[in-house]
Amino acid sequence: MTDLVWHEHTTLPRDTGLVVLPGGFSYGDYLRCGAIAAKSPIIDAVIKHASSGLPVLGICNGFQILTEIGLLPGALLANTSLDFICDFCHVRVEREDTPFTGHYRKGEVLRIPIAHYEGRFYLPEEQLRALEEEGLVVFRYCSPEGVTGEDFTPNGSPNGIAGIINRKGNVLGMMPHPERATESLLGSSDGAPLWASVNSWIRGRLGV
Amino acid sequence: MRPDHRAAGLSDAEYGEIIRTLGREPEHAELMILGVMWSEHCSYKSTRRLLSSLPTSGEAVVQGPGENAGIVDIGEGWGIAFKVESHNHPSAVAPYQGAATGVGGIIRDVLAMGARPVALLDGLCLGGQSCPEAAALADGIVKGIAGYGNAVGVPTIGGKTLYDGCYNSNPLVNAMCLGLVPLDGIVSSRTARPGQLAVLIGSRTGRDGIAGAAFASSGLADDTRSSRPQVQIGDPFVEKLLVECCLEIHSKGLIVAMQDMGAAGITSSSSEIAAKSGTGIRINADLVPLREEMEPWEIALSESQERMLLIAEEEALEEIGSIADRWQLDWAVIGEVTDDGLFVMTKGGREVVSLPAEMVGGGCPSVQWPSRKPSGGVKGRGVPSGLLDPPETARCLSTILEDPNLAERSRIYRQYDYMVQTNTVVPPGNSVSIFRVRENRSFVAVTMEVDPWKCSLDPFAGAAETFLKALRPLWVSGAKHLGMTNCLNFPSPEDPENHWILERSVSGLAAVARDLACPVVSGNVSLYNESPSGKILPSPLVAVVGLQDCNSPPLRDSATLEAGSVFLVGDTQGTLGGGAFSRIITPGAEHNPGDYVPLKEKDFMERALKTVRKEAAAAGRAIAGGGLMTSLAKMCIKADIGIGLDSAVLDSDPECLFGEWGPRAVYLVPERSTELFLSCWEGFPVRRIGEITPGGLTLDGHEMLPEETRAEKAGRK
Amino acid sequence: MTFLARILVFPREGVLDTQGKAVEKSLNRIGFGSVREVRVGKYIQVLLEADSEADAAAAAESMCGELLVNDLIEDHTVQVGPWKP
Repeated sequence: MTDLVWHEHTTLPRDTGLVVLPGGFSYGDYLRCGAIAAKSPIIDAVIKHASSGLPVLGICNGFQILTEIGLLPGALLANTSLDFICDFCHVRVEREDTPFTGHYRKGEVLRIPIAHYEGRFYLPEEQLRALEEEGLVVFRYCSPEGVTGEDFTPNGSPNGIAGIINRKGNVLGMMPHPERATESLLGSSDGAPLWASVNSWIRGRLGV
Repeated sequence: MRPDHRAAGLSDAEYGEIIRTLGREPEHAELMILGVMWSEHCSYKSTRRLLSSLPTSGEAVVQGPGENAGIVDIGEGWGIAFKVESHNHPSAVAPYQGAATGVGGIIRDVLAMGARPVALLDGLCLGGQSCPEAAALADGIVKGIAGYGNAVGVPTIGGKTLYDGCYNSNPLVNAMCLGLVPLDGIVSSRTARPGQLAVLIGSRTGRDGIAGAAFASSGLADDTRSSRPQVQIGDPFVEKLLVECCLEIHSKGLIVAMQDMGAAGITSSSSEIAAKSGTGIRINADLVPLREEMEPWEIALSESQERMLLIAEEEALEEIGSIADRWQLDWAVIGEVTDDGLFVMTKGGREVVSLPAEMVGGGCPSVQWPSRKPSGGVKGRGVPSGLLDPPETARCLSTILEDPNLAERSRIYRQYDYMVQTNTVVPPGNSVSIFRVRENRSFVAVTMEVDPWKCSLDPFAGAAETFLKALRPLWVSGAKHLGMTNCLNFPSPEDPENHWILERSVSGLAAVARDLACPVVSGNVSLYNESPSGKILPSPLVAVVGLQDCNSPPLRDSATLEAGSVFLVGDTQGTLGGGAFSRIITPGAEHNPGDYVPLKEKDFMERALKTVRKEAAAAGRAIAGGGLMTSLAKMCIKADIGIGLDSAVLDSDPECLFGEWGPRAVYLVPERSTELFLSCWEGFPVRRIGEITPGGLTLDGHEMLPEETRAEKAGRK
Repeated sequence: MTFLARILVFPREGVLDTQGKAVEKSLNRIGFGSVREVRVGKYIQVLLEADSEADAAAAAESMCGELLVNDLIEDHTVQVGPWKP
């Protein structure tokens, strides 16, 4: 069951499993994308949910909001092309041991859309190295064959970073849109296993 | 001092008419208001008579012209509201904001019908790419559409873009929106009753775009910079709130009538409601939430964006207010519906405007401009074009594919979020754009066309062909048309030759609408598209909405097939007039336009629809710009397939290989479906012209499409 | 008392400023060869009530810390003075 929660509310529905901060242009991306939404009354409840170890997923603008809240490190800057980019691209699954990726295999390549202007991940160099060493990158842009590199990174993100997770492994932020890739009628169903993964994980955790 | 009526944009005759009707001289604010409301942009005074010749009713039509948008029935109690509207002049002076507010305005038009906006398309006629000024305008326009459409969360699923030097300083930006509406939840602007209240919701009012409508009704001044203060600024975030807020208020049944505030703002929205409802309306300017101090006439005419006018019963007010508050939108009761038939505006308790609502919002006297057939003659002479051997054919093809007008458009549409709302089945970059409607499990297909070159060659046949170019791909994809909307982009109608071309173009559209039963449900007129550097070519733009049930998936315009036949349906020969070959390969040569033969089009339609219903083909593409060879090349590039053509069944003249006009299409058919396919096309010209091969587009063994071109065009480099 | 806070926000040293780079290239291209570097930031103007200029400055600083600036990617300066309409 899915509930929409109003941004001015201060509590999540009882027994919430997964919290999704979806894409969109919260507050028109004014000031900095995600900055104003990060101050919404509901955010405290989202932080509490995350600290209890339950999954939180930020997609696109949701990822930007998570970095502004501080649930994830870094920031998302303008694409190097200075263009909004809407397109299908390929990402490689770097970890299969997260609540979100259990139904994928490590190294699997997904065809999945992006649609953003600010998707270039940023962290100061040292912190970026630490992030990589700790294995917190979950998705990386790549060629259809799974090769990573600048040529296959549409927005200029360093190391092709498309999605990262926190150390605890329950807060995932990603620029690509898994919810736009759940039916082949619309071009791809490669995002569907993500939802199945997190569903299984929650069932396992809650014992339902 | 009383402003001169001419400075307000009124002719002596119009001013005389005003004095006769009122029995007095108009006050200052009244004069300013009438100047705007009687402008071409608001009144359609030059085209009203012409537009009345367009067929507007039909089986699927739920709402024809006269409302904020037309509506067609898509079954099971659902309708699609749609309209296209120009924002040409604003985009010429401030490309980003002009295009952005064009998108915002058309979204509100659809919203005003009670519909949820679900798709956008844009028709862009841009200047030559070698002109830096035009390139800067083009860039700003695309960024503006992206900036607004992406942020407001409505997918931009397609459109039409073309380039010609005539648009260098006068680009055309025609924005289209489609909205989904339950047929029992349509909102009208003609249902207000005396005693009800006028509620303004949305942004505060400022001096934006004062008299923008009048601005759109004259040619562009020499220095477009001096026109800048008139440009409105769009706020897609507030628009998103406004859409959700109005739909929520509507879902509670609290709206009696609704109008968006576009050109001429409060004046047009409120006076039109009064005129259409047969009531009066009394607006208190003191109650309008303002950003700055303003004169009453400025408040009346401000074009500040992201505002809607709702008519509601007094009892509904509390709930409307609490919904608007929740969406953090300003709102205010600014007046009431009266029974005196007058449009009244008060300020500080004093009546500053008191005019018959019908006179303000019901249009002004029509203007009949003289017409004269252009003296030079508009038709070509039909120069024989000679034969092309295969190497020459290959050279022509590669030159045509290099032309910006034939190039694919991913650099533009990648900047638009075409997937948001997750219903886009066939995205931009295809012959049709298709989205699905979950509510009744159907597919809605949309196409948009404009062909200034064919229209300038022969306005009647050219406009008809423009319309048909929008219809044929719909049919080939399997969708039956339901209705059309159009935007008549032309230069000044005051020039008799321009006016003749305008008249003939409208006749061409009317003929197709009538013959093929594709009624006109909404539309817009943009005249005076001229600048000191010249006037635009006649550019009537047509958009058609079609419906396909979900039992047979839409037929794509290319497919990756291992083996199969390639069929040409329709005449072997096309016509070169106004087409890519004549424009690019033989500029200066005069070629005749094609003929419009309604029966042939109908035959084509029936067979194309049957082909999809019977699933008799793997892919199909209506032949359009660049003719047969270009269509084949695009199929090869897109699906990375090869096609070997059999020269024995093709003629080697440009009419066959590159000709356009008329119902012709190419189909890819798997061997097992050949018989079925042929049975679908029985009684119509059809011939097998080649077969699918592992790679390359070959004619008589000659490669037509070198690997570099294929890779580059496919974006594989 | 009413004060005017002028807040300048610009990309931090070391953060690739794509907008700045694009503007820099354009300026060079149209003949401003002397341009060595451009950084594009934003200017935020806040009118606020406070008892003293120091209080106003402190308030503006905390606005920056809490919302207006993301100090991972942005630097800022604040200037406060009495507001003269």
